[in-house]
This record gives sequence, structure tokens and C-alpha cells, in this order.
Amino acid sequence: MNQSTPPTALDESVLSEAQSASNDTGFGAHLLYVLRANPVTLLAFVLFLLIVACALFGHALAPYDPLATSAGDALQPPSAQHWFGTDSVGRDVFSRVLVATRLDLSISIAAVALSFVIGSILGGIAGFWGGWLDSVLNRILDTIMAFPLFVLAMGIVAALGNTIENIIYATAIINIPFYARLVRAEVNIRRDAGFVRAARLAGNSKLRVLVIHIFPNALPPMMVQVSLNMGWAILNAAGLSFIGLGVRPPTPEWGIMVAEGANFIVSGEWWLAVFPGLWLMIAVFTFNLLGDGLRDMVDPRKRT
Amino acid sequence: MLSVRNLAVGFQTRRGFVSAVRKLDLSLDKGEILGIVGESGSGKSVSSYALLRVLDAGGSITAGEIHYSGMDLRAISEKDMRDIRGREISMIFQNPRAALNPIRTVGSQIEDVLRRHAQASSQNAREKAIEALQAVKINDAEKRYHAYPFELSGGMCQRVVIAIALACNPQLLIADEPTTGLDITTQKAVMDLVRDLIRERGMSSILITHDLGLAAQYCDRIMVMKDGEIVEQGEPTSLFSQPSHRYTRKLVDATPREGDSIRALLPPEARTPEPARSLSTDILLDVQDLTKTYQGKSGPVQAVKGISLQIAKGQSVGLVGESGSGKSTTAEMLVRLLDPSSGSIVFNGQDIAGIAADDFARHPLRSDIQMVFQDATDSLNPRHTARQTLAEPLKRLGRLRKRELGSRIEELADLVGLPNHLLNRFPHQLSGGQKARVGIARAIALEPSLLILDEPTAALDVSIQAVVLNLLVDLRARLGMSYLFVSHDLHVVRLLCDHVVVMKGGEIVESADADSLMSNPQHPYTRELLSAAPSPPERRISARV
Repeated sequence: MNQSTPPTALDESVLSEAQSASNDTGFGAHLLYVLRANPVTLLAFVLFLLIVACALFGHALAPYDPLATSAGDALQPPSAQHWFGTDSVGRDVFSRVLVATRLDLSISIAAVALSFVIGSILGGIAGFWGGWLDSVLNRILDTIMAFPLFVLAMGIVAALGNTIENIIYATAIINIPFYARLVRAEVNIRRDAGFVRAARLAGNSKLRVLVIHIFPNALPPMMVQVSLNMGWAILNAAGLSFIGLGVRPPTPEWGIMVAEGANFIVSGEWWLAVFPGLWLMIAVFTFNLLGDGLRDMVDPRKRT
Repeated sequence: MLSVRNLAVGFQTRRGFVSAVRKLDLSLDKGEILGIVGESGSGKSVSSYALLRVLDAGGSITAGEIHYSGMDLRAISEKDMRDIRGREISMIFQNPRAALNPIRTVGSQIEDVLRRHAQASSQNAREKAIEALQAVKINDAEKRYHAYPFELSGGMCQRVVIAIALACNPQLLIADEPTTGLDITTQKAVMDLVRDLIRERGMSSILITHDLGLAAQYCDRIMVMKDGEIVEQGEPTSLFSQPSHRYTRKLVDATPREGDSIRALLPPEARTPEPARSLSTDILLDVQDLTKTYQGKSGPVQAVKGISLQIAKGQSVGLVGESGSGKSTTAEMLVRLLDPSSGSIVFNGQDIAGIAADDFARHPLRSDIQMVFQDATDSLNPRHTARQTLAEPLKRLGRLRKRELGSRIEELADLVGLPNHLLNRFPHQLSGGQKARVGIARAIALEPSLLILDEPTAALDVSIQAVVLNLLVDLRARLGMSYLFVSHDLHVVRLLCDHVVVMKGGEIVESADADSLMSNPQHPYTRELLSAAPSPPERRISARV
């Protein structure tokens, strides 16, 4: 029989100390683990870094001026000089696609950030205080969600005017209900948790308890939402531009490029629509893949 | 009937392969009740899951043989195994509410099992289900047949789970902590029922529990498990009187029983003399006619119906009651997290009942009344390290600067016996006992004069409970705090408290000196509580101090 346990009153802590001695891993090691354990996340991160790099250095990397026209080179198919071909006025499609990354990414980041902040505030208030406040906020959100969201966004841009800021506002508004509902649910289940009561015993006001103690616990599921929403926001911005609401030509933007290129598909110039569309798809795909990995990264409980 | 030889079970985890059970030998005769006792992580539940081949994902049986009535349970097909589960071997789970499907009536859930094993046809399924409910002594079984799990009490749900387990007349019943989370009187009723049914039907049973006292009362033979191995086995009385393994001795010591002092819970080597403390007659807390009424759907519900109690400076008062007695509501009102409906709470001469709970967070008396919560896991913010958790009250109420903060946190950790390097861990990286220590350290950080303890040891293993209770005794003497100890367990309360108040249905039914309440209970309810607690057999005399 095993007689090896030291018989001190504290051996319980000593024991589990030994068991969990290797537990003290930092965030960096955790990041590596998440990436290594899940190749899909790794792929998503590589693509994500690529997109960010395009957004940051696209202007410098582009082989041609995205706005420079050249009548002689119009409607060239993809070649060594023009990887993605040229459009009807001779602009290099590859350069335009690359340069457009910054604009599309900025619109979606701004829109998602805006809806994240507003949705978190509304959802936090509704989930924490409940009562009539909760009911009123919920009905307002229900009203927003009752519209076909893209049509609502179209309406907002059409009413406010055709500018990039208004695309951001419109995309943010139609996304707010998703964040608000998520935060509301996450806050609501933790409202009476032991650590929340303990925080109040430590002298925290209710607002502080909500902001410092409860809200950060809602972050892991929020990250999934953020990443899915990023893709969706890019699509939304491109969609608005596609139908002529939003970014105006000749600014390079994926949605407009697809819209312009669509006219030429019938006549065989497929590269005008396909390459921006493909780029758009990869961007959306990347953000959709990123979600689960991001959640694993912000959740300290996964860091075992 | 059942024989297990050399069983080994392991799990594939992020850190590689972890062995959960090693070299388990077990044999069970017909009609025998075998107890497997162990603390969390000892592998006792995993072994029983392995018998039924229902291990969690990543788990596998790596070696050994399992024979049941001549069948090799490791070799037979999954289809045959499905026939065996429920009809030959069935299981009662720890949490009855989780074991029942919440959106189906209990009757239809019993019928499922009967039909699955061809014990009933669609004509007589209902009749047989009602019979099964009657067998577990559910009153009004015809009506309960249509009830949903949420409409039944915890004890009632466990009876339904037992009815499902026994519906097909299995030969072997495995009960995995069948009474954890149930009130002590309900526990007794459920365990008596299980024992009677097993005896009546000539079944065998394996009772898995962390409670040595409970196992001793209901089992013919007990096996003690630790870290995936069996360290000792024997009959309850001999195990208690002559535990040969050091771990068994520690468990036996840690099980509270009548007449022993709190230090006797610890292993003999750790029994330092109890610290002296001074009791004063000055009243610290004076509660008069405290009530709490909630607005329920069907009119107002009175959770606390006018209770009065006093706590002197340095005194420890126990507040005992079962679920629904209003003891937790009372504790929340006293710690000023909840506003009372009426009554007064005079603390150090100042009535604090009138101060709204929201405003009390910044009241100067906030640091004087603190609380240790029931569930240590739930009471720690999952995103804060132990250090951040301890810093919270010190920064908010203690107004400590950064340099003082660090040394004070380390001082607190030392005080509760938490190794300093654990301070940078998140709650999920700490064991149950360590989390309890963090919770206690946080509560005493501001040196409160009144500490309210809401079942601080309910979720802990007995040996850790023993350590934590003794820690509380030491801290009380050192810091001169008064305790209000809220618990369902009179035997634990007695160890720590000078005075005991028994609550039932929102009222105080008895209030007396701890010793006289234990030796001479006046109210029938107090007597019922005392007799329902499992009484472990006597230990050998030399073990006493």
C-alpha cells in the first residue's frame, strides 16, 4: 500500500501544487498553443496578417497607380504585367484590389467598433438593472431587427447621404442588436454570482461592478461575434457600394469593382468582377474562421 | 457477481495522457452493499463509469478485466452493453435535476426505460411507470406521473431518478454521490429508501461517496480510494476503529462526530493546542424582528418572518437550517447586500438596517462586516488572479498604495496558508481548498469585526474542511472577530460556535448555547436534524485528544 503522502495539515495544497506546477504559462505560450492545436486558426491568422499587411502597405506595394488610366491598355486579360488584368479605362485591377483593402477594412473595423461599444453599453445596462429599462431597450432592438437589415442600411445611407461615414453608421446600427443581446444575456447570468456579491462587499459601486467585474467575463463570446461581424460588415459595405450607395467611383473599393466588372462578364472580360470578388470572399472567410481562435485566446480558463 | 481485476483508466488531455485509476481490484457478492469512499480526484466516479463503459471523451480503459455474472464487460459489443445498462446494471447520478430531462414529464421518462428494455408494452407502460413511482414512495404517484422535474423538490427528483434506475429490476445499482446537494433530513430519507429497496429486491450495490460517515452507516464493506488506487478496505467498524493506512486515518479523523474537539479533525501531528480567545459581553450585533418579503407571482412570500438574535464581541453564533429556511436570506440582509422589509440591525450601536444596500458599499462600516461565500469557485472572478482578487477590497476600502498592497497581500496569503507563488494563478488553476483560502483571505483583508460565513466548507472534501475549519478557529483568536456561521450541518456548527440558532420556514425555532443544544435539543425539528446526520462508528480511544 502507498504510504508516501506527507501527513501535514496543509498537504492538500502541497499536493496540488506539485500537480499544477507547470500551470504558470503566460499569454504568449497560450497563443502558441492555440495556434498549434488548431491548424484552422493558424490558417486564419496567417490570412488575417496578410490582409492587415495589404491594408497597411497596399499603397506602397501596388505596382501601378490605382487611379491612373491608360486607354491603350484597356481590358487586358491577366498577364505578367497585369496580374489581375486591366479594366475598361486601363487601370490595373491588382493594384486597385490591393489598395481597396485599407478602405474596406477601415469601414468594417470602425462599424464593428461602434456597434461593439454601443451594444455593450445598452446590453450591460439592460442585463444588469433589468426592469422597465430592459423591456424598453429590448423592444427597440426588436424593432431594428424586424427590418430586413440590408434594406435598413440602404435606407439609412439614402437618407443621411452618400458618404463613407454614413456607411459606417448604417453598418453599426444594424449590428447593434446582436451585441446588445449577447451582452445582456452574459451580464444577466452573472448578475447574482458570488464574485459579484463579493465585489460589492469590497466597496465597489454597482456601475464599477458591472464594468470591472462582470463585463470582461462576457468578452470570450463577444470575440466570436466581433470576428463574424467583421466579415459581415465588409460584405455590407461592399454591398452598399455595389448598388451605388456608398463609396463613389473612381475610388477603388471591392463592391464597386464587382459592380463595374459585372457589366463585362457577358462579353468575356471575367477578371474584372472575379478578382475583387475573390479577394472579398477571402477576407470574409478569414474573419469567419478567426472567431473561435480569438475566443480561446481571450478566455483565461483555456490557459491551463 | 461482479469482479474487477487490475483495472486501469486514463484520459488523453492537453498535457498528455493522465492516469485516473490504477490497479483497481474489486469484487462484489450478491446482496452486498459496497462503499467506495474518496475525495475529489480520487478516481471513484471514473471507476464506476468505466464499469458501464460510459467514460467521458478522451477516457479509455487501458488494462484489466471486468467480469459481470460470467460476462466479460470489456469484450462484449456496444449493442449488448446497451442492454446491460439499465436492465442489469443501473446508475443513480449525483445531480438529480441534471439527470432528468427538464422538458419531459417524469412519467414518460420512466416509460422510456421500460420500453427500451421491453419491460412494458404501450398498453401497460403507464401503469408500470406509476408502480415504479410508488415503489420509491412518491405520494400521489398518479398525479406526479404528469409532473415536470422543475415542479418537484430535489429529494423528489432523486426519488424519480431512483425509480428510473430500478424500473427494470437491475441486479446491480451504482449510486454516485446520490445525496450530495440534498438536505440532511432528505438525505436520510433517500438513503433509507435505497437501502430498503436493495434489501427487498436482493440487489447488489456500489455506493460512491465522499462521506465516510454515510458509507459506514449504509455499507457492508468500504473501500477507500486515493489518487486512483485503493488504499484500504474493510468493514465499516473495523475501518473506523483500526484504520491501517495513513490516509484512511486522516479521513476518519476529519469526519466530525459527537464530543470531539475541532482540533481532533486534524491528523494527530497537526493538533496544536486551541488558541485562547477572550469573550466579551458587549453586544456587537443586535438584530430585532427582521423580516424579508418577496413579491412572488402568487402574492407576497415571506422568506424571513421576524427573527431576533444577538452576537457579542468575539462570539461565534451558528445559524442552522435546511434549504428554504431563510438562513441565506438572513445572512445577505445582515451583510447588507439585501434590504430587509422591516426590523432593525444594530451594529456597534448604529442601526444599519435603514441604509440602502446600494449605498452601503461606500459606508464606513462596510469594511467591518464581511462575508465568506458558499461556493468558493463561484465567488472568485474567473478573469482575476488570486492577487487581483485580494487587492480589490484593499484598494477600494483600505486605500492602500501600491507598495503596501503587495506586502499586505502576501501577509494575508501567509495568514490563510496560501503559498505565495499561487497568487498569480487564476481560480481555475487552484484546487478547491486553495480557492476557499483565497475567499477567506479576501474576507479578512480589512480585519472586519463581524465575519459572516455562508457554508464555507459545503463544497469541500472532508480533510480540507477540517483544515479550513481549524484555520477559521485560529484566525478568530488572532484577529478577535465575531463569526456568524451559516450551515445546514449541526455537527460542523457545534465545532466552531458558542451559540446556535436553528431556523425553519423563516422563523427561529430554537436558540441555545451550543453544548446544551446538542446534548438536550428542545424543539422536535432540532432533534430531527441531529438524528438525520449520519453517525460514524466510534473510533478507538487512543485517537482522541
